[in-house]
Amino acid sequence: MPELCGIELAHPVINASGTYDAIAARKVFGDQLLEEFPFSAFVSKTITPEPRAGNEPQRIWETPGGMLNSIGLPNKGLEGFLAEDLPQLAELPVPLIVSVMATDREGFARMVEAVAERDEVAGIELNVSCPNVHSGLIVGEQPAETEALMKTLRPLTDKPLIVKLTPNIADPGSVAVAAEEGGADSVSLINTLKGSAIDPSTGAPALAAGHGGLSGPAVRPIALQQLRAVRSVASLPVIGMGGISSGADAGEFLAAGASLVAVGTENFRDPRAGSRIAKELQIAAGAGSLPLPVLDLD
Amino acid sequence: MTAPFGRRLCEVAESKPSGGYRIFSLFDRAGPVPEPGQFYMLATADSWGEGGGRPFLPRAISVAETAPAKAGIRLDFLIEGVGPGTDRLCELEAGEGVWVTGPLGNSFSTPKEVNPDSAGAILVGGGIGIAPLAIWRRHLVEQGIPLRVLLGFRNQEHSGGLNELFCSGGSLCPDVRLASEDGHAGHQGYVTDLLATMLAGDDAGTAVVYSCGPPAMLEAVRAMCDDGGVDCELAMESPMACGFGACFGCAVPKPDGGYMRLCVDGPVVRGDAVAEVAHA
Repeated sequence: MPELCGIELAHPVINASGTYDAIAARKVFGDQLLEEFPFSAFVSKTITPEPRAGNEPQRIWETPGGMLNSIGLPNKGLEGFLAEDLPQLAELPVPLIVSVMATDREGFARMVEAVAERDEVAGIELNVSCPNVHSGLIVGEQPAETEALMKTLRPLTDKPLIVKLTPNIADPGSVAVAAEEGGADSVSLINTLKGSAIDPSTGAPALAAGHGGLSGPAVRPIALQQLRAVRSVASLPVIGMGGISSGADAGEFLAAGASLVAVGTENFRDPRAGSRIAKELQIAAGAGSLPLPVLDLD
Repeated sequence: MTAPFGRRLCEVAESKPSGGYRIFSLFDRAGPVPEPGQFYMLATADSWGEGGGRPFLPRAISVAETAPAKAGIRLDFLIEGVGPGTDRLCELEAGEGVWVTGPLGNSFSTPKEVNPDSAGAILVGGGIGIAPLAIWRRHLVEQGIPLRVLLGFRNQEHSGGLNELFCSGGSLCPDVRLASEDGHAGHQGYVTDLLATMLAGDDAGTAVVYSCGPPAMLEAVRAMCDDGGVDCELAMESPMACGFGACFGCAVPKPDGGYMRLCVDGPVVRGDAVAEVAHA
């Protein structure tokens, strides 16, 4: 049985934060969403201490084998999330992981304390791809910042703390090791790769923000190598993601040492991608046709 | 009404050229009958995102018409090839498979739902945007609601779909008025010229305007209705990766700040619920 830091899961496929709004999807697809929920755990969109409207459009742009996005983390803020969204997410049939972000350690601590004390929450993912307002440095790009943040947060809860690693650095392994030494239970990778595109009709950047994050099958080889790099230096469990679109893709991440995999952009193309990929993985593992240890997915 | 969860494979029944556009029909054996204004996310089963190329994401396309068909319903779509996704959809041939998610989004409201004092509807369409107004027109006619339809085109090539969707027995439906920028049909000029004339008439105050078309046309319609105190609903378009609220890409500014997601809060939006319709 796959597990995430002691939480037993029905299969090894979860969602990448920010790629599935289970509340909106339930309105669109009805309770069939709950009856056939595609993921074995659900990761929320990132919430921040205060509400955010998100970035000005244009926010997305299709690229070869993927897409760029600069969504800007629209969310209701901590209070709005706890009051309005959490009760609805608690109705999902799988463990809930809440993704949080803040611009300083105090903000992160406030978020983690408020979220961790809720029984509906199984674990917390820390989105560290943002600047610390005091240092100006992106926390997740700096091993020392990451370790210091973890040392602040670790005493606040016994629930699993997962650090979402950024791929936009030369040595993601160093940040994974820092997260582990600071007390993280797991790391997840990769977040999106920084990228941009030019709108050929205007000659200007396609996204209003100028640049965005690249995701989809185009990033998969980079994600696999970053996973291998992290695996080679850190021993904590890793959630692997980056362009996974099929069971075969997921098998590559498991073979490279991921404990679980997450599906992101493929959800946009196929709302049931999570369960499809879990099924494909199960069939492939049963047939011994993937280079991975046979998993008991039942 | 909710959509079946996930995407399903539908067969292309027919695909044919119409002006510079194409109309294709799918057999949908699993989905509910769509409401006017709703859309589907469409991607071909073959040659879509394979080999790491484009098109990669499904495309959001409004349904133009639907009818009962053997073991399900037929869905008609009007398509203009303007990029890798719509170009691929234009290549569809009968018998091919299309991944379909939907019907998605909201639908048009009847004039009485918009304004209890209303007496009728004015439909204003431009170019490829005539598609959702075709199914809406049929619903209004079936309900006996008085209506006028104003359709505008850049030129004859961009009047694709007109014959199939707004003609009956080989001639234009009697409630339809045309405008063309090149003067090949109807009033030479913009469709909004026809709307301006109509809104200046006696009945304007009790009509509800429904519009779909290029952003600049939609903004002109929104502004004219706003100035004239006329209620309107706009069927809008926005870059959309998923169609079910997941990607947050289809953000449309609200007048009081913040954004709506057009896929779940639209695509049909009250004129007073949007800020200016962004256009180049």
